Amino acid sequence: MNGQSALERFLRTDPRDVGCAEAMEMLHVYAELVASGAPAEELYPGIEAHLRACGPCGEDFEGLLAAIRGDGQ
Amino acid sequence: MLTDAGPAREAALGRLHELLVRIARAEVARRGPRLRITGPELEDLAYQAAADALVSITGKLGQFRGESRFTTWAYRFVIFEVSAKIGRHFWRHPVVPLDAEDWSRLPARFGVDPAHQAEWGDLFAALRQAVDTELTPRQREVFVAIVLNDVPLDTLVVALASSRNAIYKMLFDARRKLRAALAANGYLPDDSSRRS
Repeated sequence: MNGQSALERFLRTDPRDVGCAEAMEMLHVYAELVASGAPAEELYPGIEAHLRACGPCGEDFEGLLAAIRGDGQ
Repeated sequence: MLTDAGPAREAALGRLHELLVRIARAEVARRGPRLRITGPELEDLAYQAAADALVSITGKLGQFRGESRFTTWAYRFVIFEVSAKIGRHFWRHPVVPLDAEDWSRLPARFGVDPAHQAEWGDLFAALRQAVDTELTPRQREVFVAIVLNDVPLDTLVVALASSRNAIYKMLFDARRKLRAALAANGYLPDDSSRRS
């Protein structure tokens, strides 16, 4: 792997990133949109940017999505 | 039903608890392969997460605004509890001390094969220097723990008695500063004209 590109990817920040608190506050709404196939990333670009950059919030999102899909939605 | 009193409420709480246990067990099983927690300990973690989530949910029922299904809103609490409990587990059983500083690990943390580390030596030396000169002591502490020592962010939240949002913000600002410093010294492309 190219160390420079991996480092650059890690250091690059997105100004739309809303942070953990706001992303977590809306996670249930965002996850249902994703589960239903709606363009969640267009409706909530700041949450999409955050979930892409924040490992723990991204993990919570994947877990919630799996829970919703497990319910057969 | 949850806002009722008496047997109806008890029955609803029982059903919700069953649901939360099911989601918590599925979630720890989903994360399990990447954790160093197995068997009964993982099962305990799931049951504790479900119990604590039930307390949070019943205390915050008034905050449910109907923006999603009730179950989705409720599942969020149990997922958060699983994360927090895994974070606390690693705080109690650390692999590397939070403040250890083995900078020779830095290239590998960005996927650089040891055989090719010399090739990227200048870049990582510049990064280390920027960590020392550009970051505040708290930002440096967070960078060293998360990036160098691979401490889970939720574990650092427990260790520093902070919040996920605060730690993330600190790391976010540190990333921005380090990128700017490396770009200013020609180690990374300068994209100051772009909004990022």
